Amino acid sequence: MNLGVQMGGEELSLEKVSAFFGKKEIVKSVSFDVANREVMALIGPSGCGKSTLLRCINRLHEETPGAWVRGRIQLKNLDIYGPAVDPVEIRSHIGMVFQKPNPFPGFSIFENVVAGLTIRGVRKRSYLADVAERSLRAAALWDEVKDILKAPGLSLSGGQQQRLCIARAIAVNPSLLLMDEPTSALDPISTAKIEELLFDLKKNVTILIVTHNLQQAARISDQVAFMYLGDLVEVGSTAQIFTKPTNVQTENYITGRFG
Amino acid sequence: MARDQLHQSHFRRRKLKNLWMQFLMTLATVIAIGPLLMVFFHIVALGLPSLNFSFFTELPAPTGEVGGGMGNAILGSLVMIAMASLICIPVGIGAGVFLAEFPRGSIPRTLRLVIDLLASLPSIVVGLYVYAVLVVPMKSFSAWAGTWALGILMVPIVVKTTEEVLRLLPFHYREAGLALGLSRWRVICSIVLRSRRKAILTGIFLALARIAGETAPLLITAFGNRNWPSGLGEPMASLPVQIYNYAISPFEDWHRQAWAGAFTLVSLVFALNLISRALMTSGGTRGGELGG
Repeated sequence: MNLGVQMGGEELSLEKVSAFFGKKEIVKSVSFDVANREVMALIGPSGCGKSTLLRCINRLHEETPGAWVRGRIQLKNLDIYGPAVDPVEIRSHIGMVFQKPNPFPGFSIFENVVAGLTIRGVRKRSYLADVAERSLRAAALWDEVKDILKAPGLSLSGGQQQRLCIARAIAVNPSLLLMDEPTSALDPISTAKIEELLFDLKKNVTILIVTHNLQQAARISDQVAFMYLGDLVEVGSTAQIFTKPTNVQTENYITGRFG
Repeated sequence: MARDQLHQSHFRRRKLKNLWMQFLMTLATVIAIGPLLMVFFHIVALGLPSLNFSFFTELPAPTGEVGGGMGNAILGSLVMIAMASLICIPVGIGAGVFLAEFPRGSIPRTLRLVIDLLASLPSIVVGLYVYAVLVVPMKSFSAWAGTWALGILMVPIVVKTTEEVLRLLPFHYREAGLALGLSRWRVICSIVLRSRRKAILTGIFLALARIAGETAPLLITAFGNRNWPSGLGEPMASLPVQIYNYAISPFEDWHRQAWAGAFTLVSLVFALNLISRALMTSGGTRGGELGG
């Protein structure tokens, strides 16, 4: 599988992507592109299909019984729903951070960070220690945990746990990071830390983030996609969407008239 | 002023009511635990004085002679429990994982029903079944038969506890594993089973405690033996059966030994229970959401 990075090119390209649960269409024919090392925020009211769309991109949607996807999703040059593509393999190139922090129970902080490597059979201690430090530094957690790496991951605070999950996701070196409302369960200080961290992360990875917090979307993203009832209503640069949206629904949403 | 007094008397009435209720609940607790404690003290009082080193190391003395021990029965019990565990723990955990991780469809549903039925089988019925299919054709009581009887009793407990503790792990942990690019199989082995290993072990210890005291199925399968275990094809002594045989005997010395055996058995079961409790509480997780 060739996933060589092309500077400045498109990282992710969605073409008429629809997602279903049984016969119910949750995401309706969505198309957009995300450029390499850009942050795109997916906004929209609850239940509009943002999370489902995110889960289509790393083929997690299909793990739910009765769920299926139509359309084309390209990661760099690779059609991730192509017949020869192994979903397990593709997920190792796409990191994901969930709404609720979910460090693995019974795993120490260190074991959590390198879980994606050790479980796949990487054993070399010096390499693992290296990856752990690099990932924890990138997740702005190293200074807080460097002396307690053997403590259980679940002994950290909620905000630290979420940064631990970010470290775990980037430890396998993905080129794309999906974030599903990563700060909605956190307090404002932890949220601010994670937002800050995104600015550093985007130097190396492309980020697609679902958020309910419009201020957050405005602060952190380069592009914004607004979804409503499964449709992609509008996509554009953050400045354009928040200052002069072309669609009246977008304008109503971002000005707080509904949602 | 009058208002204050009213308040005072109301307060006192509430205090009295609270005290009375507290007394009733303490009484109920004493009634519930009392008999248990009496059994326990009785066993300790009669069993402990009869315990000595040779009880654990020697064979039963010939009829009429004083002394001897239940070494062979203790060893026999350990052998049969160990053999049953060796077969049943992997099978039980495997089936439990299957039921917990692939819960939909008609096969898991049927399997779950079968396991529930198996769990509710009276142990003597299991003994009779093994007697019919193993002891009769082999024309001999044997440790194998005892092992199978204990195993049949053990499997459903292990399956059910494994399934239950794995289901307690929220699905989003599995998704987190899948999202890391791990296969379903690796998620189950390295994340699900690993994060719940203490809880699974707890279930195993409880299953062991349950079968350690089984007498009825062993009476008609392993039967008993006055010699050291010599092979799995031979009848084998076990602690509960030996206790039973000695307790119904007419000899005073054998009664004493039966009490010593009872004390040993109770200690073993207690120890297993305590281990499983210790495992349950030493989770190291916060808030006790996932104790293990």
